[in-house]
Amino acid sequence: MTTRTETRMAYGEALLELGQQRSDIAVLDADLYNSTRSVLFGKAFPNRFFDIGIAEQDLISTAAGLAANGFVPFCNSFAIFLTGRCYDQIRTQVAYPSLPVKLAGSSAGLTEGPDGASHQSLEDITLMRVLPNMTVIVPADDVETKQATAAIANIPGPVYLRLGRYPVPTVMPPGYKFEVGQLPRLRDGGDIVIFATGHMVSKSLEASELLEQEHIAARVVNVSTIKPMNGAAILRDSEGMRLAFTVEEHSVIGGLGGAIAEVLAAGASTPLVRLGVQDMFGESGFADELLQKHGLQPGGIRDSVLKALATAGR
Amino acid sequence: MMGHTHSMPGQPVSSAEIAHLEKLAAEMRLRIVRMMGPNKAHHFGGSLSLTDVVAALYFYKMSYNPQDPRDPGRDRFLMSKGHSVPAQYAALAMAGFFPLDELATLKQLGSRLQGHPAMQYTPGLEGCTGSLGQGLSFANGMALAARIKGLKYRVYCLLGDGELHEGQVWEAAMTASRCCLTSLTAIVDANRLKAMDDASACCKALAPVGDRWAGFGWLVREIDGHNMAEICAALDWASRLEDRPSVIVAHTVKGKGVSFIENQPGFHNSSLNDEQYARAVEELEANLKTRSEARQ
Repeated sequence: MTTRTETRMAYGEALLELGQQRSDIAVLDADLYNSTRSVLFGKAFPNRFFDIGIAEQDLISTAAGLAANGFVPFCNSFAIFLTGRCYDQIRTQVAYPSLPVKLAGSSAGLTEGPDGASHQSLEDITLMRVLPNMTVIVPADDVETKQATAAIANIPGPVYLRLGRYPVPTVMPPGYKFEVGQLPRLRDGGDIVIFATGHMVSKSLEASELLEQEHIAARVVNVSTIKPMNGAAILRDSEGMRLAFTVEEHSVIGGLGGAIAEVLAAGASTPLVRLGVQDMFGESGFADELLQKHGLQPGGIRDSVLKALATAGR
Repeated sequence: MMGHTHSMPGQPVSSAEIAHLEKLAAEMRLRIVRMMGPNKAHHFGGSLSLTDVVAALYFYKMSYNPQDPRDPGRDRFLMSKGHSVPAQYAALAMAGFFPLDELATLKQLGSRLQGHPAMQYTPGLEGCTGSLGQGLSFANGMALAARIKGLKYRVYCLLGDGELHEGQVWEAAMTASRCCLTSLTAIVDANRLKAMDDASACCKALAPVGDRWAGFGWLVREIDGHNMAEICAALDWASRLEDRPSVIVAHTVKGKGVSFIENQPGFHNSSLNDEQYARAVEELEANLKTRSEARQ
């Protein structure tokens, strides 16, 4: 059986390693350090760890003050509170002066599950992507999460790192080296291209195997860097394809789908189909049930591809 | 690092030094109104109410180096009520962070002097504010950075009394007291007026301001925010404390120094016509002249 890991778990371990390597890493949490896994860092480095309490706005602004004075703070909470509740603090105090604050949004997306819409962040990529100076990273698995966590500490400006609590198989190959803006092609095919991000990368790879049974060859690209968007790679990967697809457990408005649409609209004739949450709120349910409902399990992705190809073929 | 001629700890500041600081504050007020100029909307009231406090910080209390604005050991000042930044611009220019001539570029396209504080543009600014209520948390971050690194600098954060409506201020107040940030001093510019009217006239219960801070674990001192001796004594009191963060509630007059702006909410963010501008400059010049003569 395939080993499956939650990206937040890999993040917690990577953050601890980062703390061992660098004395300028500080970590802040808002009473969720067990869930976000910042607890590992906190136990090892109590003098650089701050549980600010249930006060996310205070957390972000405090981190900005640390960042302006020589520290690289990692901010931890659920993605919805971190990006939604603190949008103004992130915009004015972090992104505007381009301070090196790292925002680790945990339990992101539909796969947050039973807690329901109040806790399911389906707009965080959009909110962070629109901010100047912000880098947006959504790792696909444990390997990429560990590498990305270390890599973003070296970026001089702010970064949003989207993490989840949904077990996914390792999809990145042995020896993989994460680099911001690189969009790894994980499977090749000449009929369609699937641009996927985060948990949806493994789902899209599974979908591509189902599509192979239907004699459709899918290329699958891991868009782990959503900003800065590597438009040249997107155009190259789309060239000659009958259709392009985006797959995300996030609103199709402004997230991965929006970002790829902007690239294709400016430079390609490949039609785009955006799979994800179609302009609605989430609801309670198990992660797998919610993905099923929104057509984001491998079978659902396959069905959407077949339907779109049939429509395009007419 | 610029050093100031401080009185001995516990000793009252000399009357000559108080007179000198009062003259500098008078000069600041004139520069504030001049940089704003006639027929343009500016935050006159809030910039003039806290001028004396800002003068005492820059020319009495704080250590800094205008040639090296990011000197790691410098004392930090953050204007959380960002709309009053013209007062800080005047102090920074007078202290030598940038040329005095540059004050005239306030809020113009391409200027380093933005309408609200932007650390990436202006030498001497510590952070970005303008959205009210966020500055005290940022100041906490600066104080925590000093603690982790073992640096001895002090952190000052100036808030408006109207700004205290923002809930994040009280989140930050709890953080500072729980973390025993003794290097931090908050100063409330209690001019009683906000943009529309009296700060206590809306749906927020503010008074008594000092008791609110005490309830959150801060040491509180209330002063006349236009009495230079009281301001200096309060700043010295705050820097001697050893177990809790301190707040100075400075009771001020919004628009202080220009008779027809004083206590008028209409001048929160509005313009002076040519006649009003000339009168304001005349009043402030006369005041500065009096103080300069008194000094001789």
